[in-house]
Amino acid sequence: MSGAITPVTMPKFGLAMTEGKLADWLIQVGETVSAGQELADIETSKITNGYESPVSGVLRRQVVAAGETLPVGALLGVVADASVADDAIDAFIAEFQANNASADTEASAADAEPSVVAVDGLDIRVKDVGAAEGSQLPVLLIHGFGGDLTSWMLNQSALSHDRRVIAFDLPGHGESSKNVGEGKPSSFAGTVAKLLETLDADKVHVIGHSLGGAISLELARLAPEKVASLSLIAPAGLGPDVNMTFINGFISEDRRKTLEPILQLLVHDKSLISRRMIENIIRFKRLDGATGALRTIADACFPDGKQADNLRATLENYPGPVQVIWGENDEILSSAPAQSLPDKVAVSVLSETGHMPQMEKVSDVNKAISAFLEKND
Amino acid sequence: MSKKSFRQAINEALRLEMRRDPRVILMGEDVAGGRGGTSGVTDAWGGVLGVTKGLQTEFGEDRVFDTPISEASYIGAAAGAAATGLRPVAELMFVDFVGCCLDQIMNQAAKFRYMFGGKARTPLVIRAMYGAGFNAAAQHSQALYPLFTHIPGLKVVIPSSPYEAKGLLIEAIRDDDPVIFLENKVMYDDEEDVPDGSYTIPFGEANLTREGDDVTIVAFGRMVNFANEAADRLEKSGISCTVIDPRTTSPLDTGTILDCVADTGRLVIVDESSPRCNLATDVAALVAEEAFDALKAPIRRVVPPHTPVPFSSTLEALYMPNADKIEAAVKSVMSYRMKEEA
Amino acid sequence: MQIARDILLRSYRSMRTIRDFEERLHVEFATGEIPGFVHLYCGEEASGVGVCANLTDTDTIASTHRGHGHCIAKGVGVDGMMAEIYGRSTGVCRGKGGSMHIADLSLGMLGANGIVGGGPPLICGAALSHKLLKDGGVAVAFYGDGASNEGSTLESLNLATVWQLPAIFVVEDNGYGEATGASYAVAGTQKARAEGFGMPYYECDGTDFFSVYETAGEAIRRARAGEGPAMVHVHLSRWYGHFEGDSMSYRIDGEVARERAERDCLVNFRRRTTEAGLLDAAALDEIDAAVKAEVEQSVISAKAAPTPEDADLLKDVYVAY
Repeated sequence: MSGAITPVTMPKFGLAMTEGKLADWLIQVGETVSAGQELADIETSKITNGYESPVSGVLRRQVVAAGETLPVGALLGVVADASVADDAIDAFIAEFQANNASADTEASAADAEPSVVAVDGLDIRVKDVGAAEGSQLPVLLIHGFGGDLTSWMLNQSALSHDRRVIAFDLPGHGESSKNVGEGKPSSFAGTVAKLLETLDADKVHVIGHSLGGAISLELARLAPEKVASLSLIAPAGLGPDVNMTFINGFISEDRRKTLEPILQLLVHDKSLISRRMIENIIRFKRLDGATGALRTIADACFPDGKQADNLRATLENYPGPVQVIWGENDEILSSAPAQSLPDKVAVSVLSETGHMPQMEKVSDVNKAISAFLEKND
Repeated sequence: MSKKSFRQAINEALRLEMRRDPRVILMGEDVAGGRGGTSGVTDAWGGVLGVTKGLQTEFGEDRVFDTPISEASYIGAAAGAAATGLRPVAELMFVDFVGCCLDQIMNQAAKFRYMFGGKARTPLVIRAMYGAGFNAAAQHSQALYPLFTHIPGLKVVIPSSPYEAKGLLIEAIRDDDPVIFLENKVMYDDEEDVPDGSYTIPFGEANLTREGDDVTIVAFGRMVNFANEAADRLEKSGISCTVIDPRTTSPLDTGTILDCVADTGRLVIVDESSPRCNLATDVAALVAEEAFDALKAPIRRVVPPHTPVPFSSTLEALYMPNADKIEAAVKSVMSYRMKEEA
Repeated sequence: MQIARDILLRSYRSMRTIRDFEERLHVEFATGEIPGFVHLYCGEEASGVGVCANLTDTDTIASTHRGHGHCIAKGVGVDGMMAEIYGRSTGVCRGKGGSMHIADLSLGMLGANGIVGGGPPLICGAALSHKLLKDGGVAVAFYGDGASNEGSTLESLNLATVWQLPAIFVVEDNGYGEATGASYAVAGTQKARAEGFGMPYYECDGTDFFSVYETAGEAIRRARAGEGPAMVHVHLSRWYGHFEGDSMSYRIDGEVARERAERDCLVNFRRRTTEAGLLDAAALDEIDAAVKAEVEQSVISAKAAPTPEDADLLKDVYVAY
């Protein structure tokens, strides 16, 4: 790796970030940096985050000065071994900037426009990215209560470089139809099984978050032949408790001021709840039928303030590989059930992480899932 | 979700509500166009600027129909129909034409409920274009929302973007009170992401399009875009602004305005309507009365001069508030020092 | 034309109620106890009643500032009306409308109207509702010779024909717009106006119930059958001033006295129905007595009724705000 040159680009923090300001360089040109060490402070509309170096090496160039605002993906600097010649660094930068247009093209492929497919009389919005051909099994991403396919915006393209990755809006969510039927994990799982047929995905790795975890388990029970493996992130269905302040507040609060503290329950680092994210959720809730659908789901899944379904037996009976990822500081579904899972389950509990590990600990989660998928293709 | 123009957003709101509720009807001068012409072509115009194009083709002549150029009769008819079971959306074309039918709006539709002791419902929407910037001169360019805001019984909506327009229009059509819905004619080609399905934005809830610490800017309709532009520029020079889009002038979200002024202590109001007794004076009075202690500088209004809207482009540009004028106003309130501090 | 006995009795009762109600208001207004101002319908009773005897609660009417008679003819109760005129919370509009704004939409009464020419456009809208909702209803605009010169009225005549609405335009021509004679203020003729807008013109004697009932009935039948709008020109006379307190110096002495003596719709109705053996005098006497008691009671009740609460000031501006 001694000859490798690594570009440092404007990261994407949180949902819907499109640009950021390089507030300050924390490492000067010529200084050595190790992977994970903070390189710079990046400021978005409301928060400032340290940007961790993706690799170890020497910061060879700062392409951008502190104070500049740039789109996500723009080149900020270059890290390389001290042995790499300056000419090579300059050539790399020139080539990177020249290829900026093609980088944009690649990004837009990853940001392929979602499309709407008809499943069982419902319109389901699907974002289907990555290689359709190839030996690697596709991935299906199932979001949680109140989420939508953008819940995976920091994961979907990262997982898709060598396989097809399908995200979609559950009924009642995003831009899918607002008819949720019974609103239980089992009824959603039936729809998901039909969605897979419609999309010609015979067998998939299923990654489910929160309520999507419970739906993943129900899918594994209803259609085990379709489920190559299960990755469950802070899944519902494994314990009785659920934070009803969040559930009820998410449904009823429709102003930024009152919704913000509710959404902050989702994450350990409260600054991740951006203005834009709150606005997007308010916009979703304004859609006809949206809050009614959420209410139906909440009543079906969490009657009397407790989870109605215990899917532990389903988990035990599922013959395929299972991984569970949970945030230690989850305020919605406590991570307690992670302590008592069957031995076959690969469990990671992430510190300083709330209910949205796939957003709060993007690289840890993407790495853990990639490794798990590769092992189980 | 896809990019839609202001024009498409309004068309879609009408279409979705007409599909949802058969009592919703659309009437106005040339909202379809072509009736009685020699060619027999129907839906010839779909409104003078094409906003209602295709609606007659989908819903037929019983639900989308042209009126004679006869505002008093058809605006009054819309009020009467609203009081007797339909949910009409009447287009007044240019809001300046209200002079021909103000009685029907002001003395009839607006008054029914109160005057009849709460026994009437008048679910009427009157859509009209407003605003200068189109070289349409004095009789086709006014921003008459203060006139309607002044009249109890009316609700007044001024959307500032395609997303806002669609959600607010659907809300207006579902509302049981008479609503004046004003569309800035210069904005019809503005585009942004707008959901395909139906959604509503509640009245009386302001939207903060920027949040900052130094100055609160309250702007109406198209002026919100100018205020955003000014705020973004000012941000670069270290002045951070909150921009409030009240969305509706009646009801007016006074709480949000007062909260933001309490936070920033400075207020600039941008209103494209004539400066006397307009929304800027109304908001200024509100803040002077309710938040005097919070103010660190005098309130500044960015408004046109008290003249009719001129025709010539050079004069019209001079007439209009814009981002430069807003920027200057913000800088002036930032540089103000109270006497005792000076 | 044979008119059913129950329609005759009901119509007589309506006309008698209007007469007693208005005569009583004339007296009570002079005491200073009634706020605002009132416009009385005495002498014109057969017009409103003759038209409305052809209507049901499904049909809609719009009235004028001289609206008490139309309200009673359309079925609005005198208790609620009297209380309204006294500004009481028990009034049909909870004391917030007063004499010029009595309305009851549940009876198809779209309101008396303080704006001359305010009603005809509204009636185009009500007729549009009847047409599009296919409820078989018609809509009737009552307006005076004064309002016949308003642009809103003329526009409405045009619109009703253009849209082929089930709308009837009833011109109650009492010869005066406030203190100005129609012979001065109305150019051309109502007939030419109707025909100019392509609708049939009917006229009748507004002091003769039968004339109004039958003429309006024909216009209403046409409209109900989908044959479009019509104008009904009703000739009549008002017995009191434009409003109470008007000395009517613009009318020659004896003009009203002669109208009262010769063209009293109640006297004419009684004579005609009893002479023809359609009704017996005892039945009419019974109605007279009952109405007298009813109006008396309405005044007693109104005077005793509470005025609106302070909180009512802010209520009902909007359905929701």
